[in-house]
Amino acid sequence: MFDVHEMEVNFGPQHPSTHGVLRVLLKIDGERIIDAKPIVGYLHRGTEKLFEHMTYPQCVPHTDRMDYVASATNNLGYVEAVEKLLGISAQIPKRAQLLRVILSELQRISSHLLWLATHAIDLGAMTPFFYTFREREEILDLFEAYCGARLTLNCMRIGGMPEDMPPGWLEDLQKLVDKFDGAMDEYESLLTTNRIWKRRTIGIGVISPEEAIDWGLTGPPLRGSGVEWDLRRAQPYECYPELEFDIPVGKNGDTYDRYLVRMEEMRQSNRILKQCIPMIQATPEGEIKAKISKVIRPPEGEVYHSIESPKGELGYYIVSDGKTTNAYRCHVRPPSFVNLQAMPAMVKGHLISDMVAVIGTIDIVLGEVDR
Amino acid sequence: MNDAIETFLFWPVLKYVIVFSIVMVIVMAMTWIERRMLGFFQARLGPNRVGPFGLFQAIADPVKLLLKEDILPRKAEKIAYFLGPMLPIIPGLMVFTLIPYGPEPLTVTRVNVGLLLILALTSTAVYGIILGGWASNNKYSLMGGLRSAAQMVSYEVPFGLSVVGVLMMAGTLDLYEIVRYQEAHSWNFFTQIVACFVFFVAMNAESNRTPFDLPEAESELVAGFHTEYSGMKFAFFMLGEYTMMIVNSCLMVTLFMGGWTLGMFNLGLTTERLAAMGAFGAVLAALIFLTKVMFFMLVFVWFRATFPRFRFDQLMDLGWKWLIPVALANIVVTGLFILAGAEQAMGFIGIAVLALIFFFLFRSKPAKSTATPQKVIHAS
Repeated sequence: MFDVHEMEVNFGPQHPSTHGVLRVLLKIDGERIIDAKPIVGYLHRGTEKLFEHMTYPQCVPHTDRMDYVASATNNLGYVEAVEKLLGISAQIPKRAQLLRVILSELQRISSHLLWLATHAIDLGAMTPFFYTFREREEILDLFEAYCGARLTLNCMRIGGMPEDMPPGWLEDLQKLVDKFDGAMDEYESLLTTNRIWKRRTIGIGVISPEEAIDWGLTGPPLRGSGVEWDLRRAQPYECYPELEFDIPVGKNGDTYDRYLVRMEEMRQSNRILKQCIPMIQATPEGEIKAKISKVIRPPEGEVYHSIESPKGELGYYIVSDGKTTNAYRCHVRPPSFVNLQAMPAMVKGHLISDMVAVIGTIDIVLGEVDR
Repeated sequence: MNDAIETFLFWPVLKYVIVFSIVMVIVMAMTWIERRMLGFFQARLGPNRVGPFGLFQAIADPVKLLLKEDILPRKAEKIAYFLGPMLPIIPGLMVFTLIPYGPEPLTVTRVNVGLLLILALTSTAVYGIILGGWASNNKYSLMGGLRSAAQMVSYEVPFGLSVVGVLMMAGTLDLYEIVRYQEAHSWNFFTQIVACFVFFVAMNAESNRTPFDLPEAESELVAGFHTEYSGMKFAFFMLGEYTMMIVNSCLMVTLFMGGWTLGMFNLGLTTERLAAMGAFGAVLAALIFLTKVMFFMLVFVWFRATFPRFRFDQLMDLGWKWLIPVALANIVVTGLFILAGAEQAMGFIGIAVLALIFFFLFRSKPAKSTATPQKVIHAS
């Protein structure tokens, strides 16, 4: 009865809410999305190829640049993969392990805060942005005090950590940890029960648990669908088995559930940090490195190691030929890239306004998608 | 001087020039106040560099916009593109001739169908946005323009319907008489509280402000209808938006908040008293009016700091499925009360509704996350 006039719209690469340089080719009928096709590669820097021409320690700063809002977890995944390849995973001192956990949980909180800020501003609520950045700033100050950098931390080394905590650092951390739950309540009071927020997120971008597994989703998008799968629990690394934390999962697999999951994850990360502080005080000072040779030349072989980054399963696949000091091949499995695949399925049939909700809820970082 | 010229030309023009300059000053001040207020809402400072408290930011911004390059997109419809930013301002500024700011001489022109004329004028403001969005030759602008068309046409209906209750109470379309009626009885805010809320929501939607800022929706449509506009043309769109905000606040104050009167706590400042005080009384009345208007302007800012944006279909839902039926029901209820000759008794309903709202507002506490496992699949 009616003619369908499709319109093609380039959503990005220069668009305020594609979180970088994602380009989505939208086919729309009025405001309704008929088809969406993500086009990636605008931020491709050939990181994996670079890894083949640098010694193993030289690669660490380059991992920072992939998921640039969560560089500590990127470092962690890489150094653990190399340690696994070298067979020294068991030799990492307890203090270094705890420091790694503290840094990566802080990073998880700061990454999730950035997600919350941008997600909210995409849906038109501008105030949460400034509230979350207030706390994120303090986390970045802690990073700066530890390693001198705020964003690209380069804060882990193969075999341990570069240095011990500066004096007073733990006290600052304790202060942040103590007030963080209150800050979380403040964010939630702005959004969680807000009717407009609920109407904008409930039932948007629904992914069933089976679909989520089929798409290979990991991280909050998977848990939001009700699948209890967290690599910190499923394939424990560092000292996570000794720490108590819950894995929040959603029920409906929609944007609101993923929002709740991430909010709860921040509280759980805070809980982990609270446990870590007395534990790290009990370890001897200065024991932050395993004794390994200066030149890192792993034996011939290959390794795949993955950790739970804030966005999902971050995996490193490294092949060593056993002769040189650089990797023969290094492949990164970035969570954002894999999670982004599900985006067209999630937005089909929704309106353009939901497009930004879905991009926000997948929580992509284009540095990681394109590498 | 000829009497007719004095009555119909000299005084109206003089009054309008004064009103116009005050409105322009408010618009300029609002650009500063809004950002400053938002700053305080959002744990930051807002503009505080230019002049004392950053006050001169209000001047620095127009100067910057004046000096900006005026871009005309290729293949843009030149005339429509030029008209786009101009059209919303003209009806907005014309409305200021009709609003009573104080006792009798303090309106530019007193028209006995003032309210009708205002409704007619404000509804033409949408043309500018549609034209601008369409003429930009940009898909996002077009969508912004279309959204705005649908939104403003839809919200005209509850906007108009909510006013009907006030008309029935006062029995006149003359804004001056409506204010006098409120002074004699009680503010329509109490007796027409439902209409007041409908009007309030509709006026937010009419002036394209958060949570109804879908036509510009910077995170969805880049900047909607004014994506392609730069320099002074862009400034004119902003001017139009702020003018409409002031117009709507003025209407709100006139129709529901008793205009220049102070309600039951009038401190003896009745219209007759103010009129007798001469120039001082006029300034006082205008100041009271202005204070009330500024309160509603701040509510606009408060909303912007608090709410996320509606989605387009939800916006239509709210307009057609909620506001219009509620406004219609209000007309029926008001009619019944008037038939019973007890229209002022509706004030008690108003107070009861207010009490309920406050009860629910202060009862609710920030909720904790409720994500709990229900359907757990163990991936293996």
